[in-house]
Formats: sequence, structure tokens, C-alpha cells
Amino acid sequence: MNIAEKILAAASGREEVKPGEIVEAKVDMAMANEITGPLAIQAFKKIGAPRVWDRRRIVLVLDHQVPADSVRSAELHKIMRTFAKEQRIPLLYDIGYGGVCHQVMVEKGHVKPGKLIVGADSHTCTYGALGAFGTGIGSTEMAGVFATGEIWLRVPSTIRIDLSGSFLTCVAPKDVILYVIGKIGADGATYKAIEFTGTAIHKISVSGRMTLCNMTVEMGAKTGIISPDEVSLAYVESRTDESFMLIGSDSDAVYEKTLAVDIEKIEPQVACPHAVDNVKPVKEVEGVEINQAFIGSCTNGRLEDLKIAAKFLKGKKIAKGVRLIVTPASQEIYLQALQHGLLEVFVKSGAYVCNPTCGACFGGHMGLLASGEVCISSSNRNFVGRMGSPEAEIYLASPATVAASALAGKIVDPRRFSED
Amino acid sequence: MKVSGKAVVFGDNVNTDVIIPSKYLTLLDPVQIAQHAMEGLDPSFPEKAKNGVIIVAGRNFGCGSSREQAPIALKYAGVRCVLAESFARIFYRNAINIGLPVLESPHIRSEVDEGDVLTVTLEEGKVENETKGCVIAALKLPRFILEILEDGGLIEHLKKKGVKAP
Repeated sequence: MNIAEKILAAASGREEVKPGEIVEAKVDMAMANEITGPLAIQAFKKIGAPRVWDRRRIVLVLDHQVPADSVRSAELHKIMRTFAKEQRIPLLYDIGYGGVCHQVMVEKGHVKPGKLIVGADSHTCTYGALGAFGTGIGSTEMAGVFATGEIWLRVPSTIRIDLSGSFLTCVAPKDVILYVIGKIGADGATYKAIEFTGTAIHKISVSGRMTLCNMTVEMGAKTGIISPDEVSLAYVESRTDESFMLIGSDSDAVYEKTLAVDIEKIEPQVACPHAVDNVKPVKEVEGVEINQAFIGSCTNGRLEDLKIAAKFLKGKKIAKGVRLIVTPASQEIYLQALQHGLLEVFVKSGAYVCNPTCGACFGGHMGLLASGEVCISSSNRNFVGRMGSPEAEIYLASPATVAASALAGKIVDPRRFSED
Repeated sequence: MKVSGKAVVFGDNVNTDVIIPSKYLTLLDPVQIAQHAMEGLDPSFPEKAKNGVIIVAGRNFGCGSSREQAPIALKYAGVRCVLAESFARIFYRNAINIGLPVLESPHIRSEVDEGDVLTVTLEEGKVENETKGCVIAALKLPRFILEILEDGGLIEHLKKKGVKAP
């Protein structure tokens, strides 16, 4: 079996599972944020269960619209806090204690290899970076999990992405995943798992692996996953003392298909409006004028991403007429960015640094776009209206490409700046 | 279970951000959410849908975020069923869980035009196009999914089964 199958077999108490089978699985952790949580709480109350199945396995995060940007948001936050108190749920990450939910889950040690984690957020697939089976569900289904701790899942078939080679200058995991999405398509992995393997995977940090797994949902995938290795185990051990089972893919595991990707052949990539699979090398769209640049989100708002951006921005000013919004993905990253002097670099370059939140990526607050505006973003979706006006255009790229483009005032290949 | 209505036709990759834009996700009342259904593609949709319609769409309907507000918006705007060539998985599960019938029908778009009157028999996976006088095949739903739909959604279904926390 491959790792996804093994985790579902373990979670459903079976020796073996096969793609297509439906299993009743026991959930290890369940996460909801303030956009999906309140509906789940409403539904949970309708079920009539007096208590959640396990108060220590539920994580509640306030992240999409924090601090409250409206009275309506404040009310949603209050529903989350009240529920945590009523049910005595200790893992509530309130404003000031967390950040973007997926970053928080990983950083706070709630994601461990071999675990089945459901989250009421589509980017729950991010947790595969540490060898967990993370998958997104809706609010009503989350209410069912709150009540029973169980969920039915169809065992997915798995597409293997076999990565080899080394990264060219200015190329990052974001470019790799955009390239893969361009090849597989926006619905090419619907209902399926995506497993990243290959010699190159061991050279990619946990932060980069999170970027890879995070965007597998943009191909419709149920989960993105990487078998644990020394890199991910060292990370997990630094974040939690709790035990876990080490599960990886067998050497004779079965895959629906394998896409071999030589990273050395990948140049900086960009997903053009209005589809995540509308992917081209950046050099083909150079010169498109931009109004806004955004660095942040569960895809690319980590320290590694901010460090790359700062390298481009240090001692320079972003182009006139362009606004650059930088949103660290968590309080921890914000603090590290401060300690590394990155925030100073951003502010001096003319960038606007926001508090940890989903913010502009989600189009809820902190950097919405007007009609006719163009944004280049390190986030994950460029759908019509995603970041504000339906008449705005969004290009998705790596932090390096976003930072370089902010300096130029138009989309540029970051390699133009790296030679300085 | 049979549902009928006039067809409203959309293309491929209709995502949840256009079904219900993020700015309305602070709303909790389904009726208020429904006032913005499909706003990203067609702001006149709630008006069109209010007397009951069936959405006909291409591939990957409901791709994007996990927001359950997307099927809620459609259901409360008057959508009685969504027929698509394929669905994104979280939307698909959410729709069933809130009691909005969804059926995969691989050739639906070539057999239906905007405004055609359709009748869908869920148990049989059968779509009758009354305007054109033809029958279109859809994939049958497994029994346990039909039961959730018949009960009106997962919550009612769980209540009926008497599920209580352990």
C-alpha cells in the first residue's frame, strides 16, 4: 500500500484497503476556523449531542478575518470562543496566539505522521508535508465529526509526482507545484491523493513541502502527502513530545499514474487569470503592469518565504504606484521575521506589513482589489473575485517573483534581479 | 425522489468563490446568503432561481474552498438539483450533507439548453428533458447517500439514526 492507503487502513481498523472502497474512519484531529466553525457549531447543536467526542482533539482557530473587521466577524469570533468554553476545548487559537490555521496546526505540533486529520478548510491537505492524511470537509460534516469522531471516506487512488534534480536560481517549490498543476489541470486529481516522491523531495524543507501539499487541492485532490523522512521527523520532534506511528509507502505500492518532474527544467512559473491551471513561465508574461503585490497565506507566508522576499527588497524601494502587502502566516513567523530584521527591510522598501491572517488571499479584508486592478500574489487561488472585485486580475507566483515584480512595477522574471 | 425545474446552464470549473464570494461568509442566515448566490458569475441568478431551477454545468463544479455556504446559497436561492459533468469533492459532500441533490451526468451539457424543463429521478439516475423529449443518463447515487438526501441532510439523518456522542 502507499502512505495514503496505509493511514486510511489504520484509521478504519483494517489490515488493507483498496482505492474505491468506502471506509468509516476514526479521526485523530479536527480543525475549524471562524468562517466554517460557526456553521459547524450550529449543526452540532441541532444533532443534540451534549458533548463533543473528544475535547482535546478539536482545534479552533480564528484566522480569516482577524482582528474583527466588522461586527459580523466579531460575532463569529464570539461563537467560536463561547463554544470552546462550553465544551472545554483547550486548543482555541485566539487573536494573538496563532495565525493562519494550517500554519498553526503544523507549528503547534498538532500534525504528526500517520494521522488522519480533517479540517473545515480546503487547504487541510497541507498536513501531508509531515506525512499525515489531511483532508478538507464542510461544516455539517465537521459537526458530525465533533459528535462522533468518525467520518466516511472513499479510499482515493493516488497519483505519484516523482521529483528529481535540483532547483535553478530563483526557483522554489511554488514554481514546482504551479508547473505540476499546469500539467495535471484543475480537476485532474479530483477525488485522488497526490504523493510526492523522488530524490529531490529530501532537499525540500518542511516549509517548501507545505507549499507543495497545500496546492494539491487546486487540482481537486483529496490530500497531498509525502512519506516522512529525516527532514520531516526532525521538524515533528521539535514540535511535539507525543508519540506517532511511522508510516510510509511500500516499495511495491500501486499508483494510478506517475508524473516524473525534473526540477532542473523548471523556470519561475506564474498562474494567469482566472484559473490556477493557466500556468506559464514568468518570462512569457513579463511586462504586465501591477497595482498590488501580496506575500502571505498558508501557501507562502512562512519565514523562508519572507527571507527570500527580503533578499530582493533589501535597500530598494518598491515601484511607485504599486502597493506590496506582506502578511506573515503566524505570530511565531511574525516574531521570527522581526528578530531577523525582515520587517525593517519590508517597511523601508515601502511594503505594508499586516498582522497574521488569511487576509488578502481570502478576499475578506486587508488588501482587497478594485475593478481593473492587477495583483501578483504568493497565495493559492486566482478565481474571479477571489481577492475583491470580480473585474480584478490575479497572477499567482513564488515570493521571489512577487517581490521582484513589486520592485519593477510589472511582472518580471526574478532572475533579472538576482544578478545584482 | 423526483425534482423538476427549468435548466440554468453554466460552464466548467464554477468555483465556490463565484458561487458565494468571501465577503458574504460572515452571514449565517441561509436566506441572506442565498441573496448572493452565483453573484460572481450572474448577479441576476437569485431572481432567476426563485421559482425553482436545476443547474446544469460542465466539469469540476464547486471547485475551490470548503465553504458550505456555497451549496447553502444555491439551495436557498431555489436550486432543486445540480447536474454536472463532474464535481469537486468537498462541494459534492457538502451538497449532500445539507440536502441539495447533486448528480454526475457526463453528457448533460450537450443535451440541455438554458430554460429546458427537466425532471430528475434520483434513485434511477435519470434526467428527462421534457422540452426536447429526451432522456439523459446520470450516475446513480449509492444507497447511503440517497438516504441522507431523503432525510433532508446529514443532521436529520444522524438524528434519525439516534447518533449521540460516545
